[in-house]
Amino acid sequence: MFKTLNQIAQKSPRLFLILAAVVWFALYQVLIPLSEYCVTLLPVERSSRLGGALQFFFYDTPKVLMLLTAVVFVMGMINSYFTPERTRALLAGKTEGVANVMAASLGIVTPFCSCSAVPLFIGFVQAGVPLGVTFSFLIAAPMVNEVALTLLFGMFGWKVAMLYLGLGLSVAIMAGWVIGRLKMEAYLEDWVRDMPKMSAQFEDVGITLSERIQAGFASVREIVGKVWPYILVGIALGGVIHGYVPEDFMASIMGKEAWWSVPLAILVGIPMYTNAAGVIPIVQALLTKGAALGTVLAFMMSVIALSLPEMIILRKVLKIRLIATFVGVVAAGILIVGYVFNAVL
Amino acid sequence: MMEIKVLGTGCTNCKATVALIEQIAQTKGVTVHVQKVEELREIMGYGVMSTPGVVIDGKVVHAGGIPHREKIEQWLSN
Repeated sequence: MFKTLNQIAQKSPRLFLILAAVVWFALYQVLIPLSEYCVTLLPVERSSRLGGALQFFFYDTPKVLMLLTAVVFVMGMINSYFTPERTRALLAGKTEGVANVMAASLGIVTPFCSCSAVPLFIGFVQAGVPLGVTFSFLIAAPMVNEVALTLLFGMFGWKVAMLYLGLGLSVAIMAGWVIGRLKMEAYLEDWVRDMPKMSAQFEDVGITLSERIQAGFASVREIVGKVWPYILVGIALGGVIHGYVPEDFMASIMGKEAWWSVPLAILVGIPMYTNAAGVIPIVQALLTKGAALGTVLAFMMSVIALSLPEMIILRKVLKIRLIATFVGVVAAGILIVGYVFNAVL
Repeated sequence: MMEIKVLGTGCTNCKATVALIEQIAQTKGVTVHVQKVEELREIMGYGVMSTPGVVIDGKVVHAGGIPHREKIEQWLSN
């Protein structure tokens, strides 16, 4: 079946995209009746606690997976417009301020794997992208991405997703701007500073629509194939603890009243290292049990944006002082975000 | 013999790339020498920003992500 789909996608890419969209929406519409039907097949009362939890699981799992597949597919296609080389060319020679905003936004759409962080960093600096702007990009790219946003949207609604988007971008923009103001170019490792300057020009290889569709397929295979177990665990956990752990279990430790919970959440998040999908089960568990939203989002950002393994790799190109500044500035940004959130909501 | 270098700082994608190239070379009966390049300075020397990158006989043929099976087969048949 995958083969024939592929053939259609190659022969008439437009037709394929339209058909895929129609089928997707139709499937999405019948999810609720379908999940209700699945539960009636089981020997469980629909109105019982278990019945409710099962319906939640049968509905939420395909819903979140379908959303994720669609978003990852579309982002895979969009990503093919924004190669790191093009992003670098867009940012080189720009003045700070505006460029920080651009860099953070480009961080969302530029394909990025955490193991590429350092080569990317050097490549940007080498081509004359200002240090602070480079940091804006590096902070935003892993933290604000389509997987995190889709999962937040699918599980907690669009408000939480938009807040995360806005606040994540703000942290990246502000932290990069502050690092730029501190003029820390001297704290790059010497060999990085001494590397010959490179021009940011790049050859734009033409990509056809069907090749972009292939890129979309590839990212679905790679990303959805990797994160689905985390999502299943997250949703199952949400269903199970719903009825069996007291509502306000976390409220006393991670509620709004506990002012120290935000810095604590950030500290706990630093040594933890996982991707956006990996923290979702934890976020799910904390939120349903009365932890404050700002605290939980601060925790999530800290886990994704600040990680020990990443710092160890960054140590090869940055001196300790710059790494410490990077961690300090980003942590401060997340801290502010957490407090503002808790105060406003 | 083909000299193939895989550029990458040691992430899982880089290891998968090496394994894939070796596997395809074996099934095609092509003798290749695959070397992993993990030294950052050398990687940057090729001007590659997204890893894993693949260098064949001194030329960068791929950067960013695990290369497609068909792509590798194409490299090896030249």
